[in-house]
Amino acid sequence: MTWSSAAALGLAVCPGCHRLGSPAAGACRRCGSALHFRKPGSIGRTWALLIAAYVLYLPANLLPIMETSSLFGAQQDTIMSGVAYLWSSGSWALAGIVFVASAAVPLLKLVSLTVLLISVQRRSARQALRRARTYRLLELVGRWSMLDVYVVALLVALVQVESLALIRPGTGLVAFAAVVVLSMLATMSFDPRLIWDAAHEAGARDTGADTARRKEITT
Amino acid sequence: MPRPATDMPMHHGNAPATGACLECDLLVGEPAALGPHPCSALCPRCGALLLRSGGKGLEKALALASAGLALLALAIAFPVVGLDIQGQRIDTSVLGAAVALWNNGMPALSALVVGTTTVMPLVEIAAVIWLTLPLMLGRRPPGFARILRALQAAHAWAMVEVFILGVLVALVKLAHVADVVFGPAMLGFAALMLVLTAVNSVIEPRSLWQAWEEARP
Repeated sequence: MTWSSAAALGLAVCPGCHRLGSPAAGACRRCGSALHFRKPGSIGRTWALLIAAYVLYLPANLLPIMETSSLFGAQQDTIMSGVAYLWSSGSWALAGIVFVASAAVPLLKLVSLTVLLISVQRRSARQALRRARTYRLLELVGRWSMLDVYVVALLVALVQVESLALIRPGTGLVAFAAVVVLSMLATMSFDPRLIWDAAHEAGARDTGADTARRKEITT
Repeated sequence: MPRPATDMPMHHGNAPATGACLECDLLVGEPAALGPHPCSALCPRCGALLLRSGGKGLEKALALASAGLALLALAIAFPVVGLDIQGQRIDTSVLGAAVALWNNGMPALSALVVGTTTVMPLVEIAAVIWLTLPLMLGRRPPGFARILRALQAAHAWAMVEVFILGVLVALVKLAHVADVVFGPAMLGFAALMLVLTAVNSVIEPRSLWQAWEEARP
């Protein structure tokens, strides 16, 4: 198979209007967006955001996201205890959804983005299609982790009967929301074309074609 | 329904490449035959969506966005959920939920909730109207490139569908404490979710720019 990338011809597709242009000329001639072969500083920026998300992942899961005080005493809820509550009260489907959205997705997202970054930095050419699909999935599911933020916001607004029960948001919620936002930003700053560059390079090595040209572009 | 039509000839040698895949940088040519029926072209290498075509995209986008504006007003103005506790009715709108977070010393979270459920959908809808209305009249909208970029950014952060699921989860958690009731805004959000999805499926940067090139400067 002979795939030809735009960068190999000195061209880049404009992120704003999808027109082909030459980054050597600077901005897109039609819409004025800055043209780059790849998102500038993509790997470094993605790592930075990803590490920040990892750091906040622990407090997000250990600190309470919600504090309930009622006649029967006070109670603190973490992400997982919220899932456990839904499960024990018989809403299995909902417990499953919340578990996937709030616990499984954030962690899987961080781990898969790490794997993607490492594979790109090692210039791995294996499983490019699978990695590209993984990335597309990450872009799709990341937003669903905001679920718990909305749930707590609504509960706090509704349960404000001083005499009966009072719900306050916990500090864990801030960390949790930060994890969601940071990992969404990390996903956005990653450039999936880097996955294919390595695969393309491996193909070029086999045929001995346009390696010199490629070097010209990346440097 | 869009049917997949991967009739996207690959770029071979001297054939003119007219575009490249945004996700893998593969050079692609003009799609072979895009008829009047809605269809989408996928990248032959990585499977990313290259473009969607469907005719009358501008009209549809404008109509849907106008409907979305009315639905968003409904969704913001009315309560989303309410509780009945011993005859006493407590309800909250989406802004009420944000205010509750603010009052509990979490302004950042409050802003996040308002941003993702209200501001970003509003930006998305307003941008679509701003872009499509002048184009339909054959004029170029001022600030076209910047507004289109704002639209693309807002789309990533508008989370109406997640909020709806959040309302459902909150309702289940409260169901044993009190009688829970849906507010009118729930209808607004549900319809808004469908409308935003539909808008997004007809808005296409490529065809917008095509219309822009044909329009009077």
